Amino acid sequence: MRIEEHPILGTFEKGKKIQFTFDGQAMEGFEDEPIAIALRSNGVLIHRYTTRRNEPRGMFCAIGRCTDCIMVVDGKPNIRTCVEPLKAGMKVETQYGNGPDLSGR
Amino acid sequence: MRRCEMVCVGAGPAGLAAAVEAARNGVDVVVYDENARPGGQLFKQIHKFFGSREHRAMERGFDIGNSFLTEARELGVEVSLNSVVLGIYENGALNVMIRDRIEQVKAAKTLIATGASENMIPFPGWTLPGVIGAGAAQTMANIHGIRPGNSILMVGSGNVGVIVSYQMLQAGCQVAAVIDAAPKIGGYAVHAAKIARTGVPFFMSHTIKEAQGKDRVEGATIIKVDENWEPIRGTEKQFEVDTVCIAVGLNPSTQLIRMAGCKMAYSPVLGGRLPAHDLNQETSVKGLYVAGDASGIEEASTAIIEGRIAGLAIAHSLGYLDESAFLSRRKEQLQSIVGLRSGSHGEVRGKAKEYLNSMMEGQ
Repeated sequence: MRIEEHPILGTFEKGKKIQFTFDGQAMEGFEDEPIAIALRSNGVLIHRYTTRRNEPRGMFCAIGRCTDCIMVVDGKPNIRTCVEPLKAGMKVETQYGNGPDLSGR
Repeated sequence: MRRCEMVCVGAGPAGLAAAVEAARNGVDVVVYDENARPGGQLFKQIHKFFGSREHRAMERGFDIGNSFLTEARELGVEVSLNSVVLGIYENGALNVMIRDRIEQVKAAKTLIATGASENMIPFPGWTLPGVIGAGAAQTMANIHGIRPGNSILMVGSGNVGVIVSYQMLQAGCQVAAVIDAAPKIGGYAVHAAKIARTGVPFFMSHTIKEAQGKDRVEGATIIKVDENWEPIRGTEKQFEVDTVCIAVGLNPSTQLIRMAGCKMAYSPVLGGRLPAHDLNQETSVKGLYVAGDASGIEEASTAIIEGRIAGLAIAHSLGYLDESAFLSRRKEQLQSIVGLRSGSHGEVRGKAKEYLNSMMEGQ
């Protein structure tokens, strides 16, 4: 999925290679690239399931507008993964409906 | 409350051009942008621009973006990133969320250059992962270096549709077809010809009927439409694609402009309801300026010129630029933009802009 050599842009400048988890599974990505990009490069397209119909949703606008790509990141729901930078050790999880209820915290 | 001479909302081509032009004349400028990176959508434009040298033709968007950023830095323009302008008060003050804190800012002059978002068309399967905006495909490939998919169906043959199709080929994807419900290709012939030469078929007067797949796109069906845009049964064609890109136009981001109470006018050619503005890019709300796609959907090159005009007008109104210098420099910019608003694609936009200008009469 990653473009190794682009005819116009050459190679892409990326942060250092780091590890994170997706639903408990270890994955690799580059530091500070959007979480969604790291997921897509690992073949993950489903980011969440909708509240009422339980339908899969993934990245749609890729610029933080549409919120279709929201996930639970380090326990916090509704994170726009297409703009949120990836950090080492991040715990990224599929969001079901509204995600975990944090109101009691 | 923080006070300054000029605030730009948006660090895309229009906002940066305005900030640089104003700062060059001595104005103290702060630019807010909600993104972590400046440049708006400029950095994903990897094709060469049209026009003459003054329009920075033959340069690619990302080079133009980088030169603006360097210039802004040298001029001491403050570019505040991760800064969402949440609202605008009646007195013109802005409410800005910078990461997790809130700041109130009141500027003598405010430019809103918030750009646009992509239009969508709904069809069965349009919510499946793998159906994406054409701009999203561009962001993935040109900014982040990842192929959105292996095989792509492009819905829409306007400039975004044809340019992004070519960029997908450059990224190493296959483009199965470009379709458009209109009978004629909407984008510039030179871009359309580039993809046609590689063998990508165009299906005009065709729309997407549905995308199939359980958890992600596995295929898509297109169907021919008649002169009343009605699908003609039995004309379906099937494509084995994993990605559907939607390129059906842009919608100006006018939320702040409307909140400020600017007089609006309707122009379908420029993307819908837009702020009326004069030749200085000033709206019906005194001291509030607009530039770029938020003042009418055009191109990065026109956005840059509109930004420059707004920057000059603001520098002039704050007393940094005398009347004759201002008028002669504005004239240069206005002449420059005429060239971009001519020809088969530009002329209708030029007329629509004149209409938005005319709506300022009596304001």
